[in-house]
Amino acid sequence: MDILSILAESMRSALGPVAAIYALAAIGLNLHFGYTGLLNFGQVGFMLVGAYGVGISVAVFDLPLAVGFGVGLLCALVLALLLGIPTLRLREDYLAITTIAAAEVIRLVYRSGFAEPLTGGVYGLQNLAGDFRALNPIPPGTYGVGMLSYNASHLWVMVTTWGLVLLMAGLTWMLTHSPWGRVIKGIREDEDAARSLGKNVFAYKMQALVLGGLIGALAGCMMAVYQAAIQADQFKPQVTFFLWVILLLGGAGRVFGPVLGSMIFWFLMSFTDGVLRGLGNLGLLPFLDGPDYGAIQLAFAGLMLVLLIVFRPQGIIGDRKEMLINVK
Amino acid sequence: MRTRLVTVLLALITAILVIPGPAATADEQGGEALHGQIRHPGDRDQGVEGITITVFEDEDEIGAAETDPDGNWEVELPGPGTYRVVVDQESVPSEFVVRETAIVAGGESEVEVEAGDRRPLIIALEAPGATGDDSSASPSEDATEESGSDGAAPAEEGEIAVGVDSSASFGERVLQLVAAGLLFGLVIAVSAIGLSLIFGTTKLINFAHGDMVTFGAMAALVFSSGAAGLGNSLLAIFAGLGAAVLAGALLETRLGRGALIAIQWSAILAGIVLATVLGVLGDSVGWQVPLWMAAVLAVLMGAVLGGCMERYIWRPLRGRNVALIQMFIVSIGLALVLRHVILVVFGSGRSRYPGFQIQEMVNFGPISMPPRDLVVMAVAVVVLVGVACLLQFTRIGKAMRAVSDNRDLAESSGIDVDRVTLYVWGLGGGLAALGGVLYGLNQVVEYEMGFRLLLMMFAAVILGGLGTAYGAMAGGIAVGLVAMLSTLWFPSQFMQAWALILMILMLLVRPQGLLGQRERVG
Amino acid sequence: MSSDETVVDRMGAADAVPGSAKPDPILVVDGVRRSFGGLTAVDVEHLEVQRGTITALIGPNGAGKSTLFNLLTGFDRADRGRWSFDGRQIGGRSGHQVARAGMVRTFQLTKALTRMSVLDNMLLGAQGQLGERLAGAFLRPMWKSQEKENTARALELLERFKLIDKRDEIAGALSGGQRKLLEMARALMTDPSTIMLDEPMAGVNPALVQSLLGHITSLRDEGKTVLFVEHDMDVIMGISDWIVVLAQGQVIAEGRPSDIRSNQQVIDAYLGAREEDGDE
Repeated sequence: MDILSILAESMRSALGPVAAIYALAAIGLNLHFGYTGLLNFGQVGFMLVGAYGVGISVAVFDLPLAVGFGVGLLCALVLALLLGIPTLRLREDYLAITTIAAAEVIRLVYRSGFAEPLTGGVYGLQNLAGDFRALNPIPPGTYGVGMLSYNASHLWVMVTTWGLVLLMAGLTWMLTHSPWGRVIKGIREDEDAARSLGKNVFAYKMQALVLGGLIGALAGCMMAVYQAAIQADQFKPQVTFFLWVILLLGGAGRVFGPVLGSMIFWFLMSFTDGVLRGLGNLGLLPFLDGPDYGAIQLAFAGLMLVLLIVFRPQGIIGDRKEMLINVK
Repeated sequence: MRTRLVTVLLALITAILVIPGPAATADEQGGEALHGQIRHPGDRDQGVEGITITVFEDEDEIGAAETDPDGNWEVELPGPGTYRVVVDQESVPSEFVVRETAIVAGGESEVEVEAGDRRPLIIALEAPGATGDDSSASPSEDATEESGSDGAAPAEEGEIAVGVDSSASFGERVLQLVAAGLLFGLVIAVSAIGLSLIFGTTKLINFAHGDMVTFGAMAALVFSSGAAGLGNSLLAIFAGLGAAVLAGALLETRLGRGALIAIQWSAILAGIVLATVLGVLGDSVGWQVPLWMAAVLAVLMGAVLGGCMERYIWRPLRGRNVALIQMFIVSIGLALVLRHVILVVFGSGRSRYPGFQIQEMVNFGPISMPPRDLVVMAVAVVVLVGVACLLQFTRIGKAMRAVSDNRDLAESSGIDVDRVTLYVWGLGGGLAALGGVLYGLNQVVEYEMGFRLLLMMFAAVILGGLGTAYGAMAGGIAVGLVAMLSTLWFPSQFMQAWALILMILMLLVRPQGLLGQRERVG
Repeated sequence: MSSDETVVDRMGAADAVPGSAKPDPILVVDGVRRSFGGLTAVDVEHLEVQRGTITALIGPNGAGKSTLFNLLTGFDRADRGRWSFDGRQIGGRSGHQVARAGMVRTFQLTKALTRMSVLDNMLLGAQGQLGERLAGAFLRPMWKSQEKENTARALELLERFKLIDKRDEIAGALSGGQRKLLEMARALMTDPSTIMLDEPMAGVNPALVQSLLGHITSLRDEGKTVLFVEHDMDVIMGISDWIVVLAQGQVIAEGRPSDIRSNQQVIDAYLGAREEDGDE
């Protein structure tokens, strides 16, 4: 077993496009939960409509990629409004219930036989990245050092996704360091207090829900572009829970929390995977079946969520002092 | 405090190191490859094994792969380029053909692969001559077989089997669907009471409730289809845990803290030791009970599971003053843990309870039902009436309603709120497990069944009023009826969507639900 | 506790009877009713609050004081009834609209925004901020000068409430009494014409009570109207211009402190409530 190559592979994962896509979606979730206190347990629903916005536009209607992004974002806007209007005036748990249910229902509808002409049903859609690859300005060749070298196509994906991550992190920074950001933080702390100071709490929550949802949808669009193919079953509820682990790992309510969280999360995922495959190959793990691995890993993600929220709710870069004070 | 952080991080890292698993969606940035999954057209959650796929570059064969039991295949490629993929028609099971799509024609496909690309290629199967309407292809009506839900066309994921004869007239179909809806609604109601009562007493939405339903269904499956090593071990562990929780609840006032903890831990440890011994003995201590006995065992284990969650997770968290929002996240995390532990322990297979599939139909005018559905309905009604009596007439039931109404007031009027909460969790867990068994009699038992039922339960409790037991009952039946009747006009895959829409409409019109009261502010 | 200071009567010719008319009412309430289940919590026929005075709303536990407060400030919905503030109908308006109209409230359980700094707590109170609009948030130059002005005003208020040293600490680090002060200062940041205090003395140590009372009187002296709910009669007799007594949701008496002190109905209501509630 070659620890060095496993480390390098993990490093590649931490810097790879998947980590960037999850960071992007987690930035949206951060706007929801970290800054506004909205319990969105269905962020994957936004990713799904984003991805299928691109997928259906490009693969079914043969439209340009930019239109696909537009359609995806528009779908996310509609979804946010549909989820927000009935629930944002009510207690926080209603949003949680509605989002988790809606995200799963959307997945079931998109994968149903009925929707197959548009969504490809369980088979999904493919050939989505043509336009994106055609835009690649990087001349063919290999770039980088040693294990961390990438070909032009990969580099292009990485540059765009991480670029978007930086852009969205910058956007979050600007928003949260403005009076607008102060209002949503006030709502997070106590929405009645914000209301008593003349703030239209419902409108602000809705704005935050829409913005975070749009960023989630953007992550979905990038997923479609990166993979060049999408399937409804990639958008199972566990994606949302990965995002929660990422957010809490990095630190909710911190601009770079989701970015750091995503890198660490995917590093750990890849590292453990490599180490255990190595051990497995050496015959040191006799009682585990291949198919169990994924399940154990998901159970472990759940455990991580529980431990993080109970023992270190502020995450890695969060402020201890702030989090020790109980909000309610 | 810092040391605690370090310990937690260390524990995390150790745990990470111990626990294996390929990242489910990890990006693999290795060489070029083509991969995909070939699924069963009737049941898209199942793969088709043994189909050979060969990849050519020009006329040279690059590699070949055969689909594994899950239908997955993968062929490594030497580098970027254009490849021709050929599906070996001989290896495709004779009842299917390869579906013609824009990309796959005549079992062949030309794909372009870029550098570093691991490209998925969709290859779909279908029944010969069928184009897309495979969902409506119902098996021939047979006197001994319930049409639609069994046999040749198993329910798809997310689809809830509707046992209705599609050739009947509209009026007859309405009646049949009302019966099916009532059946489904009763199952939802039984499962959802616990969810609602738990919310009432602790203000916590138990996102793991669906997985408690799955647990019940799975446990009953194990005991009814032959419990050997696994069943014995589970029983031993739960007996230990149950004894510990019960000892805690009953002896709390009589024993000192130290003695109590000693008793609890020895019970748990004894359970674990016994479980290990039984596990080592393995299948040599095999036994099997009828389903009703298995259901009783499952309900008891469900109650123990609920009690343990309250006693060893929620009560300590409330003691630490963890905020409600954080509790929701904990409950989501627990749901994830429970669901996948169930997956590992019980396996990912999709099965049904043995011996209840083929039954002579009983006819009531236009409605015909297998006896098992009648039994399910009878059991559900008896349980619902029993729970209502419990809540209405017994002391503990009245205490549950009092705590549910106003926790602080109940506490100040001398009710032991912690104990009542423990009983509520026990009751909720038991009912969820029972709901799982009843649900499992009609559906395929698999690890995500509970999560899907959870969506229906959410709709039910919001419809009826969060926190009220009777609301959950009424809401459950309403949701069941709406879901089933929607299939008169819409595909059955949209059932959950209708439940969700119903829930959203209710939130818009009357957020407190049918039986709930407008919340008091301030 | 008789007042030795020269008592100025700000109530003009108002009669000490329930529902009496005031010479210059800022708040007029008509036929407001709210019930929970079968229980009628508030049923107020008519009530007027005089501008520029301290009016106390008192009554035994469960009299419906807080419920009435919540209704008037838009934090609960009345079953029926209408009320106007400063000549404008505000019945049925939501909480933030009532606050914008100039009637701002505080809460019985203090709502300090615990994970925000004291200064940010204050700035949240400022009204009409351009940077609070989503589009405005990106245009820093647009709201920079406004932010500066608001900060200056916030620091002034913090100075007055003796919180200036704490301005950069997070509000969660303040003591209970300091949080009460912060909440009052934050309410003043909205520049209200009427301030509604829901049990401002609850849970505050006796040393701070005097200082809170001082702040309340100085608010009135600046021309603001103060309406406040209090459970304990004794503490407010000294500072109130007018007292409204609520029992079982209804106004059973109103008048100057001297009228209330000698009102047999009030004494009965309090004693009766004490007998029923026991130790409450």
